[in-house]
Amino acid sequence: MMRILLVGNPNVGKSALFSRLTGTHIIASNYPGTTVGFTKGYLKLGEERAELIDVPGSYTLEPGSKAEEVAVEMLKEGDVVINVVDATNLERNLNLTLQLLERQTPVIVALNMWDDTQHRGISIDVARLEELLGVPVVSTAGITGQGIKELVERLPEARVSKNARIYAASDERWLKVGDIVGQVQSLSHRHHHWYERLADASSHRVGGIFIALLVLFATFWFVRFIGEGIINYVAEPLFEGLWTPVLVKLSAVLGTSGFWHDVLIGKLIGGEINYFQSFGLLSTGLYIPLAAVLPYIIAFYLVLGILEDVGYLPRLAVLMDTIMHRLGLHGYAIVPTILGFGCNVPGIMATRILESRKQRFIAATLISIGVPCAALQAMIIGLVGQQGVGYVALVYGSLFISWIIIGLILNRAVKGFNPELLVEIPPYRLPPWRVIGEKLWLRVSGFIKEALPMVLGTVLVVNILYILGVFNAIANVTAPVLTGLWGLPKETITALAVGFLRKDVAMGMLAPLALTAKQLVISSTVLAMFFPCVATFVILARELGVRDLLKAVGIMIAAALIMGSLQNLVL
Amino acid sequence: MTRYQEGQLTLVEMKTGQTGTVVEVLGGHGLIRRLDALGIRPGRKVTKLSSTIFRGPVMLRVNSTQVAVGFGMARKIVVEADKYPPRTS
Repeated sequence: MMRILLVGNPNVGKSALFSRLTGTHIIASNYPGTTVGFTKGYLKLGEERAELIDVPGSYTLEPGSKAEEVAVEMLKEGDVVINVVDATNLERNLNLTLQLLERQTPVIVALNMWDDTQHRGISIDVARLEELLGVPVVSTAGITGQGIKELVERLPEARVSKNARIYAASDERWLKVGDIVGQVQSLSHRHHHWYERLADASSHRVGGIFIALLVLFATFWFVRFIGEGIINYVAEPLFEGLWTPVLVKLSAVLGTSGFWHDVLIGKLIGGEINYFQSFGLLSTGLYIPLAAVLPYIIAFYLVLGILEDVGYLPRLAVLMDTIMHRLGLHGYAIVPTILGFGCNVPGIMATRILESRKQRFIAATLISIGVPCAALQAMIIGLVGQQGVGYVALVYGSLFISWIIIGLILNRAVKGFNPELLVEIPPYRLPPWRVIGEKLWLRVSGFIKEALPMVLGTVLVVNILYILGVFNAIANVTAPVLTGLWGLPKETITALAVGFLRKDVAMGMLAPLALTAKQLVISSTVLAMFFPCVATFVILARELGVRDLLKAVGIMIAAALIMGSLQNLVL
Repeated sequence: MTRYQEGQLTLVEMKTGQTGTVVEVLGGHGLIRRLDALGIRPGRKVTKLSSTIFRGPVMLRVNSTQVAVGFGMARKIVVEADKYPPRTS
């Protein structure tokens, strides 16, 4: 089968074009480094099926980061390259184009973001560009779909350029680029958009910090507002009104107790089904992912999607740069960190945009320790929040302090270097709601597909282990640590152990233990820090290697032991 | 740090809004290459858009793109500032 590669600079719209060409949607955002891995899809070329690969963005074929290394490796295996070029930034993009042409692979150029050129006062002579490059050039707009059909039609014309030559030095290549741009592009005066003025304000020395605080505050408020709203007005009424009556009948049929009743519906609390405490597959097993967590997943990814597509994240990275340097990172590490608040797995994968091994180790470790995923957060807000908002703040505060202190220590302890921030700041864009909606759906359906079976499996395992009495045995062994250091009842270990499977279910297991507010704060902090969930564990092993994974896990356990003990002493 | 010629200064010393031509990158091969890939290289005009407090990154306009350059890196990029003050539009 023919293998086609989408290659281009970061943030030129490769992923949006990929979605258009294959009809399979993947995450696209307005910041460099959205795609760090390997995304494959298929498209129809006449009667044949061809494989299309979305290659991580790269400025050059001499790799500087892990993501760029991936790009260069993939290039060896492609039959045809679709070189995606940002039409609003022709000069820098053509530098990569010339490097691609040197490699003697058939190339076709997609002159993307064509819709943006007009209001920016740029006009490009496409026919002349095609002539100079010696390969087909098609103007496209990934967001609207303009030019996609022509791109597919002209794919077979992709060819090795006859005009290509090998440049001994980068300077010579840049001269050639300058020459081409001079011949095909003309600029005219343009008007400033209001959001371009906002762009200036958000990178202002003082104004920028003010805006960042505002965005942060608005994000928290908005996520909470939407999350709570869906729970109170949709999820709760649906479960109480439609599902509870079904379970009540089923409970009666099963005889209100016994093995099958306990596994499916769980224990009745005061003669009634309690969605947090009963712990059956059909009660808690469905309630946690669908009613307690899903609303927050929707809320978080909606807000994240908007921030991503507007192009705010790189600006935040600039503001955070100085602080992040203290932690052995640079400002751009804030992007994986923010992704980690949704789910640690994509967050840790995104650490590939960082340049050095030291940075990737520190960033991945800090995410797994101090950044609770949305599922865990939803349960913390739900359970600890019942005791008062102050206690939720205590959990977040403890995690934040651990994040900072461990970062400060790792910066000194980990060998290696910490390169400086160097990143392109994309223009602000107003993303169409359709694009935001598609991306939200992609992430939410991904959560349902992956988390729902996992949660059900975890609840089943918990029930079986209870019945077998395994938990009691572990509880007696670990009692000294739990009671001695953390001041928690020995049964809490069951929750911590289950945290390896799903942290949201683990939080749910704290509900029936009748913990005090202080104990809830300690146990949720420890649960967040102590050990990664299995999905995060696997991704850490893949990204860091087994040795660094073990180091990271050692740091997590030590940090949780210390933090939990401190909370027990201080609170 | 090396002392450079009259009229030359680093990106850090440049004023916001000022335009200049890159003269030299005082760094190793790796740094030169990373900057080169983004189009920041000797002979290129750059405009300083802003700086960040607490020795944070410097924002530049290179061609039609905005680039954020870390403080330590910005200190290694030597520019020759344009003689005339930048036009305000």
